[in-house]
Amino acid sequence: MIIDLPSTTTSKVNQKLVELRERGGAVALGRVLTLLIVTEDGAAIEDTVDAANEASREHPSRIIVAARGTKAAEPRIDAQIRVGGDAGASEVLVLRLYGPLADEADTAVVPLLLPDAPIVTWWPGSAPADPARDPLGRIAQRRITDAAAERNPIEAVRSRAASYAEGDTDLAWTRLTNWRAQLVAALDLPPHEPVSAASVTGDGNSPSTELLAGWLAHYLRVPVRRERASEGPGIVSVSLERASGPVELHRPDGKIGTLRQPGQPARTIDLHRRSLSDVLVEELRRLDPDEVYERALHGVSLLPEHQEGATV
Amino acid sequence: MARWTNPLRDERDKRLPVIAGPSSLVIFGVTGDLARKKLLPAVYDLAHRGLLPPGFALVGCARGEEDFTAVVRDAVERHARTPFKESVWRRLADGIRFVPGDFGEDDTFERLVKTVDELDAERGTGGNHAFYLSIPPSVFGVVTQQLAKFGLAASTSDGWRRVVIEKPFGHDLASACELNGIVGSVFGEESVFRIDHYLGKETVQNILALRFANQLFEPLWNCHYVDHVQITMAEDIGVGGRAGYYDGIGAARDVIQNHLLQLLAFTAMEEPLSFEPAALRAEKVKVLRATEPVGPFEETTARGQYTGGWQGGERVPALHDEDGFAPESRTETYAAVTLAVENRRWAGVPFYLRTGKRLGRRVTEIAVVFRRAPHLPFDSTATEELGQNALVIRVQPDEGVTMRFGSKVPGTTMEVRDVTMDFGYGHAFTESSPEAYERLVLDVLRGEPSLFPGNEEVEESWRILDPVLAQWSAHGAPEPYPPGSWGPESADAMLARDGRNWRRP
Repeated sequence: MIIDLPSTTTSKVNQKLVELRERGGAVALGRVLTLLIVTEDGAAIEDTVDAANEASREHPSRIIVAARGTKAAEPRIDAQIRVGGDAGASEVLVLRLYGPLADEADTAVVPLLLPDAPIVTWWPGSAPADPARDPLGRIAQRRITDAAAERNPIEAVRSRAASYAEGDTDLAWTRLTNWRAQLVAALDLPPHEPVSAASVTGDGNSPSTELLAGWLAHYLRVPVRRERASEGPGIVSVSLERASGPVELHRPDGKIGTLRQPGQPARTIDLHRRSLSDVLVEELRRLDPDEVYERALHGVSLLPEHQEGATV
Repeated sequence: MARWTNPLRDERDKRLPVIAGPSSLVIFGVTGDLARKKLLPAVYDLAHRGLLPPGFALVGCARGEEDFTAVVRDAVERHARTPFKESVWRRLADGIRFVPGDFGEDDTFERLVKTVDELDAERGTGGNHAFYLSIPPSVFGVVTQQLAKFGLAASTSDGWRRVVIEKPFGHDLASACELNGIVGSVFGEESVFRIDHYLGKETVQNILALRFANQLFEPLWNCHYVDHVQITMAEDIGVGGRAGYYDGIGAARDVIQNHLLQLLAFTAMEEPLSFEPAALRAEKVKVLRATEPVGPFEETTARGQYTGGWQGGERVPALHDEDGFAPESRTETYAAVTLAVENRRWAGVPFYLRTGKRLGRRVTEIAVVFRRAPHLPFDSTATEELGQNALVIRVQPDEGVTMRFGSKVPGTTMEVRDVTMDFGYGHAFTESSPEAYERLVLDVLRGEPSLFPGNEEVEESWRILDPVLAQWSAHGAPEPYPPGSWGPESADAMLARDGRNWRRP
């Protein structure tokens, strides 16, 4: 069910929500968090909401979309409530904010937050320079940005390192989880030799490649080479040098990876690039600070400015 | 060499999924019902969730010459929880092997050794193999002896060997000890994993979270506030088709000895020092040791056998008319017992355990029923409809927690009536939580024994149940009850004697 409330106020939206619940039990109770999506008004909103709805099947939530419309317009809020079949396991409130309200989104959003439940703010597009100080970031326990959606992704990763506050996270980091899991598991196996050097090959514009290199640099304390890939999307391969030979994880096609290590047969691993809803589900699973991400960001600052084939 | 610390591991890294190390799972009796419906689908679901190690291998061992890969594929397509994906399947199928043959013959095990060695070389399973005995306990001895004879049972410095067994773990204390002896002579206790699939359920693990992570419940969790506890596992189906297993075993041995006593242990145990497997087991064993059946058994226990009749719009046969049961069979399909946990926390609080087939509906729950308030400052008419407060942990289906308490009925008079407050797992968390078998298979491959009862627990459970079983076999017969009801009249009488009644689940 989709209900449009043009030119409205938040108290009218609240009233409508209560009314809907009394009338049909349309709004279930077990919401575990409020997901606040901050974006520019436009067609891209629908993809974002779809991903959030999908994620809400694992994390039932109230989804509030604060869409900033044109600032030149008269101040106005157009609201839309979606419940039931149109909202997955969640309820979706889309607030289109025009005129001066576009910069005052927090005042419109605060009355609609769920009582006592954690708040997660997600900027699917371009994020503020300092998310934790942004009015909509400050109220949240967790702030999700996406460096891959920025105009200059590599630059964005570096600025995240500068502005990091507890609760920050980035989807470019989430996309790495499967790679990291395999690399960690590979080092659990004998021969138990220290890693002397590492290299990461990937798309020159991939923030995930940068973060993976940073993660390795921080934890291994060895020089990490970054190389520009000639094939494949995103990260293409990682290699960890050890005395008996390298551990190599190679994914040429963005789908299937091959893990090679000395003394072991080559193994294929499913490393499909992950969908937006998939990474969002993972992100919503944890609401505490991600110390490992913080360290990976620190590792990025150890890497030199991005150049072809540069080493630390 | 000093112990290896993986530089990439950080315990704060909670994102990383727990992936089992390189290993294989060898299933004996792979063509059986359980393997097809639960085990093989669980393996696929684990693969789909990316929790199996690269190079994982699945070996089937059974009589017959079927196309094993096709059998697995069919089982997966029919019963897996996660959607079927060709790419996941192909990677899993690469590691599937089949070793046909009779378990008594050396030939079979020679081929198994060869297969396992090949897997170590081709797939890098690293000598780590778990043997899942999905076979009747009467064959355990043969298979474990053969495994030992061919050097498959001993863990080496390079690789571990584990054995997984399913209930029934014997049919009384003596036979359980014997079985533990047979398996224990080949595999060390730390390598034996006894599957009680109830313990793989999220709701059962949540009992520990509910009790020990909250301040709200634990202060009330004792004989000062709790009146009694009811633990129920009801099924609406009969035992048709399972005569070979069920006849002579009965409901008490089939369910109370393992599932219900494990639920009792979780409900009644003291707080463990930590969630280390050893600490958890220590508390469970302690509480089971303190548990005794309450007599006289003619009054404190009940048993029944379903008759034929209509159930939910279907005509169903009596147990006596089911295939494979003799008309004079005394096997009980309903069993209820009264237990006491003899320690300071639970003194005087009876634990009523019941289970049955062809009951009203399929449900498993733990109901903690509280005492009445010591003083009610209302007119007696105001609280006529007020029952006892209760906390109900719904284990399945519709997993969650229900709380029942009194609330004022709207209106000008003061009238208090019971209301319920509901927490549904499905509402607050995932749409589909992992199947119990997924969790347990993964834990076997990881060597994480917390969710598996140890042999001491099994033996204690039999010690508790044996006196009741002895009484039953010596006197009387099960009382008939109609299908779709909540058991025989003696079950109601058993609680009525204490001034209580069964909760309708």
